[in-house]
Amino acid sequence: MNTMKRRTFLKGTVASGVIVVAAGAGLLRPTEVLASAYPKGAFGQKGVDATLKKLFGTTSVTKSSKIKFINPTIQAENSKVVPVTVTVGMKADSIAILVAKNPGAMGASVDLSGAATGYFRTKLKMGKTSDVYAVVKSGGKLYSNKIKIKVTVGGCGG
Amino acid sequence: MARAIIIKTRRNKSRAGETEILALVNHPMETGRRKNKKTKKLIPAHYITKLNIELNGKLVASCNLGAAVSKRPLVGVSVAGAKSGDKVKVSWRDNKNESGSSTGAVK
Repeated sequence: MNTMKRRTFLKGTVASGVIVVAAGAGLLRPTEVLASAYPKGAFGQKGVDATLKKLFGTTSVTKSSKIKFINPTIQAENSKVVPVTVTVGMKADSIAILVAKNPGAMGASVDLSGAATGYFRTKLKMGKTSDVYAVVKSGGKLYSNKIKIKVTVGGCGG
Repeated sequence: MARAIIIKTRRNKSRAGETEILALVNHPMETGRRKNKKTKKLIPAHYITKLNIELNGKLVASCNLGAAVSKRPLVGVSVAGAKSGDKVKVSWRDNKNESGSSTGAVK
């Protein structure tokens, strides 16, 4: 038991070290320039805040009822295919969908340009019942809304 | 390896006057966490990272996908003012640097 604890502790320190280094690199390059680059660092981050920090460089998010989920799945029949559709009642530069309790919270994101409007639809895998966040970047600010999707059948889908 | 891409367009039911562009790629989207039941070995991660949707040669959506996106991933975006016959191009690239693209037209 003791050794286990030590291991987890070591793992933790190494991981946080990596985050600090990555965050430093992020500061050197403004996220605006990387808007269309693949946000590799955002994937695999645990929890919504850590993911947002990597993806948008900030965790300050305003809750907005202008972000809506269309035909939301309240109870997912198949945890490996959970449809999520988001529509936004304002100008959106990018939309990200996060699953709070997945091993990596980042689900998918889209950078919109040209004729594209605030709408994004995809299908995600979910490990267990969790809040699903839609985070919208609009005019340099972040707005979000969330929905709880229950996963029972299939459970943790080993 | 060529992977089939299905492109569909239709009137967006939830956003009046807009066109929904749907793209589906036949891709396994392995997370890297699953095990092969016979060999007990982990199946290596294999998933689409970037999927771009162009309308008439202009990029409208650049999607960042990850392992948490379902198998045979579906991505849908909505565009304003698309006309019948407008060209749609979908291109993708995955973590193993495989890529593919396909074109379609607005219905």
